Amino acid sequence: MKVELEADKCVASGQCVLAATDVFDQDDDGIAILLDERPADENLDGVREAVAICPAAAIRLVDQ
Amino acid sequence: MRRIVVVGASAAGLAAAETLRREGYDGTLTLVGDEPLAPYDRPPLSKRVLAGEWGPGRLDLRTPDDLAGLDLDLRLGVPATGLRLADTEVDLGDGSSVPYDGLIIATGVRPRRLPGADGHVLRTLDDAMRLRDRLAPGRRLIVVGAGFLGAEAAAVARRLGCEVTLLEPAPVPLAHAVGARVGEMLTDAHRERGVDLRCGVTVTEVTGHGVRLADGELVEADEVLTAVGSLPTTDWLGDSGLTVGDGVVCDEYCGAARNVYAAGDVARWFNPLFGRSMRIEHRTNAAEQGMAAARNLLRPEARKPFAPVPYFWSDQYDMKIQAYGYLRGHDEVAVVEGDMAERRFVAVYRTGDRVSGALAVGVPPRQLRRWRQAIATGVRWREAVQIDAVAN
Repeated sequence: MKVELEADKCVASGQCVLAATDVFDQDDDGIAILLDERPADENLDGVREAVAICPAAAIRLVDQ
Repeated sequence: MRRIVVVGASAAGLAAAETLRREGYDGTLTLVGDEPLAPYDRPPLSKRVLAGEWGPGRLDLRTPDDLAGLDLDLRLGVPATGLRLADTEVDLGDGSSVPYDGLIIATGVRPRRLPGADGHVLRTLDDAMRLRDRLAPGRRLIVVGAGFLGAEAAAVARRLGCEVTLLEPAPVPLAHAVGARVGEMLTDAHRERGVDLRCGVTVTEVTGHGVRLADGELVEADEVLTAVGSLPTTDWLGDSGLTVGDGVVCDEYCGAARNVYAAGDVARWFNPLFGRSMRIEHRTNAAEQGMAAARNLLRPEARKPFAPVPYFWSDQYDMKIQAYGYLRGHDEVAVVEGDMAERRFVAVYRTGDRVSGALAVGVPPRQLRRWRQAIATGVRWREAVQIDAVAN
């Protein structure tokens, strides 16, 4: 599974970092940074949570 | 449970539907929305959409493929008109009825309007496109209400070169929400940018050419945007038997009746973290509460209280305002980092003896995370502020 982040849509809420700390971080402006494009299985639930919770719909988890 | 109906196809309803599928529910899933559009995002309406930077296509919350993957019985462009609890059926505007084993109510809010002419409101994509088409350099816009929505729209209109008059009944905008000092800081920001912000002014009527004030004065404009808050969309629940009072009244599990839950702007629930009932009109709450309601509906034996730390943000000019917690009714505000005059600061809010909220402008948002943690764990004010004083 691969994570896709559309940084242009990001509104800097940081919800993804709270949901999946090992996969996302924020820069100084709060814009999300993808730390791990292909997260380990144990982090996928957190990523799915981040996809669902992101207030800008800026994150997708795709099957590839 | 083989038939679940979600009424409301915006952020909360979508989050609920997705969560139901993600948690293994494979029965019939009906998603009802009164707008004809697939679920779209509302916060950009008063920001990038109004500014003309984003077209409607940027707002889709999910791709058509993602939606198709949810295998929904999708009823768009159809409002719910009634709920019959005893029959476990929802009545729709097209005359049909949908039976359910489980129901999630996520019908959101509608803008409050003022007496008189129609003017503009800003809730739907249609609203935003209509207003955007009327904004151009030199056009005169009155915004009634200097809450977050009105303030954001005023900021965008100024950037587009409109002459903007912002009318607010309170002495200080947003004082009840974020405190007088932050409200005054925002007041200064708007005035510096040339917004004619008038406080303590009550609008009694929208006319064809502006607005009429309580003292009889007429203020002229080409366009009027009314942004004086919202009302929960509960009219269709009138004789349903559910308790309605500024929202669908729910317990701490977001439950409104047996197998009936509510989520998002329409839900008034008891948040045990703050020990009080609240209704939150913020984007992130819609998603979080939709997820929580869906989980509790599917697993009543393992249901969990919904006890979030609310979060909101607002973009005005070059300022990004971010806040965690429940700031309303706070007893004290302290700036613990930076300087409010420079518009780079973190302010924390005390309610009783606890840290109840934190708001930041112009600092890296991650610096708010530890305050979120303090709110989530109910840290005492004295400890938190002393720790901060040492850290600084």
